[in-house]
Amino acid sequence: MELQQLYTDLILEYNKDTTNKRKIDDPTLSEHGHNPNCGDDITLEVKVKDGVIDDLAYTGSGCAISQASTAMMAELLQGRSVDEALRLVHLFLDMIRGKVTDEAQLEELEAAVSLKDISKLPVRVKCAVLGWHTLEIILDRLEAMKKEK
Amino acid sequence: MNLEAIRNDFPILKTQCAGRDVVYFDNAATTQKPLPVLQAAFEYSTHSNGNPHRGAHIFAIAASEAYDGSKETVRRFLNARSTREIIYTRNTTESLNLVARSYGETHLKQGDKILITIAEHHSDLVTWQRVAHKTGAALEYIYVDKETGHFLPEDLKKIDDPAVKIFAFAEVSNVLGIHFDPKPLIERAHAHGAVVVLDGAQSAPHRKVDVQDLDCDFFAFSGHKMCAADGIGVLYGREELLNDMEPFLLGGDMIDLVEEQETRFAELPAKFEAGTQYVEGAVSLEAAIRYVEAIGFDAIREQEQKLVRRTLEGMQQIPHIRIIGPKDPAEKEGLVAFTVKDVHPHDVAQILSAEGICIRTGHHCAEPLHRYLGINASCRASFYFYNTEEEVDYFLEKLKGVRPMMGYGD
Repeated sequence: MELQQLYTDLILEYNKDTTNKRKIDDPTLSEHGHNPNCGDDITLEVKVKDGVIDDLAYTGSGCAISQASTAMMAELLQGRSVDEALRLVHLFLDMIRGKVTDEAQLEELEAAVSLKDISKLPVRVKCAVLGWHTLEIILDRLEAMKKEK
Repeated sequence: MNLEAIRNDFPILKTQCAGRDVVYFDNAATTQKPLPVLQAAFEYSTHSNGNPHRGAHIFAIAASEAYDGSKETVRRFLNARSTREIIYTRNTTESLNLVARSYGETHLKQGDKILITIAEHHSDLVTWQRVAHKTGAALEYIYVDKETGHFLPEDLKKIDDPAVKIFAFAEVSNVLGIHFDPKPLIERAHAHGAVVVLDGAQSAPHRKVDVQDLDCDFFAFSGHKMCAADGIGVLYGREELLNDMEPFLLGGDMIDLVEEQETRFAELPAKFEAGTQYVEGAVSLEAAIRYVEAIGFDAIREQEQKLVRRTLEGMQQIPHIRIIGPKDPAEKEGLVAFTVKDVHPHDVAQILSAEGICIRTGHHCAEPLHRYLGINASCRASFYFYNTEEEVDYFLEKLKGVRPMMGYGD
């Protein structure tokens, strides 16, 4: 994989985009994600109202792939229902694992589709999935809380 | 030193990457192996392979001779009094675990203190955390100046506390690159009878070690950071301390007499070498010691100093590079850790990798040090005697391109 294919303009743009790199006042849930080998370290915060993700933001630091991927995720999932968000998280993870390759099916991931080829670069996979895995943990907890009620 | 001839001994350095010979600057993680070392291991396995200290056949004898001969070379290399003080392990980490478990856990108690430094590698830190948790001893740290990397003078007073029973530190920091002159520190700790453990992983490959002159109690190093196979490491321990310790692992060859309910352990060093040992690794280590000694530590130092000087001077000309630890080449022991503003170390390493340059990225198994310095991770270029100034120039040129590549102006 060539560098230009990895660090595309879109990824570099999202890496620098700090729109959703911030703290949320009074988040419903937050979760810490960490790649011990490379030092990627993020905290995700989610605010949920009536089963809908009202706000989703992150803080911390990490490589361009992890930061861009998390920024794309935040943009994509704000305003979605928890169920819908969970479905999209799974779709993204399946894309990175190379399980879903159909472009039409992946279209709904919007900007995050640009990370598709990371599946060919195993050492960077954990960077690309850090934010999404962390959100998956939060969403699973929200689902469990809903069931308890 | 004939650099060209030396490089011819390392076929791996001719690997083609990005249209040129690969630039291998990750020697603090592991070094490459020269042909004489590879051949020694190959010869052993081709003609002499057996299980040492067991059996009476020709190969058992050949293996015993190879193993014991290698030990004598290591003894001489460290200037230990006897081969009874030389224990083979897998690596520095295992050596330090042995000390922590077999000495630390059995000799420390509540009220005692273990003193280490914030610059320690996890192998010399997590190990002592567990000893502290298990025994109730307190774990204390000597901190460093965030700019110069030197130990804070007021923190050095902690060494004088008579409650300090173990003082453990790396002779050379794998991040700061500093050589912490161990002798005065050891003297100070010994003044009240503390046991001193030296992590020599980053020092033994680069400078002469004399354990009697240092007067340290334990000294650990790895073969794979000095041209030998990975999986062979050394623990030097003062004989009376080793005799006063419990075995680390139990099993074959570490016993004198085994009955149904009781066992009498073997004499040193066998007491600490349970199970079939890595003889090929021991042979490889002996060959590596001979290879490094033939080049000589003065020549190694001279070459590494040239490379470090050129690297530091070059980096200071590139905007937005932060050098970690001292910036004076005389204070750097063959490695330079750094960060590039706004670019995560992982991306720096990826970009350089595409240009055929191998550096390390992450926290280099020194997470508390990075946190203390206020950085998440860093990049590290680390050299050995076979690296060249041309490689440094190429590396610096490519390093300049990192920020532009990531969409920053300069």
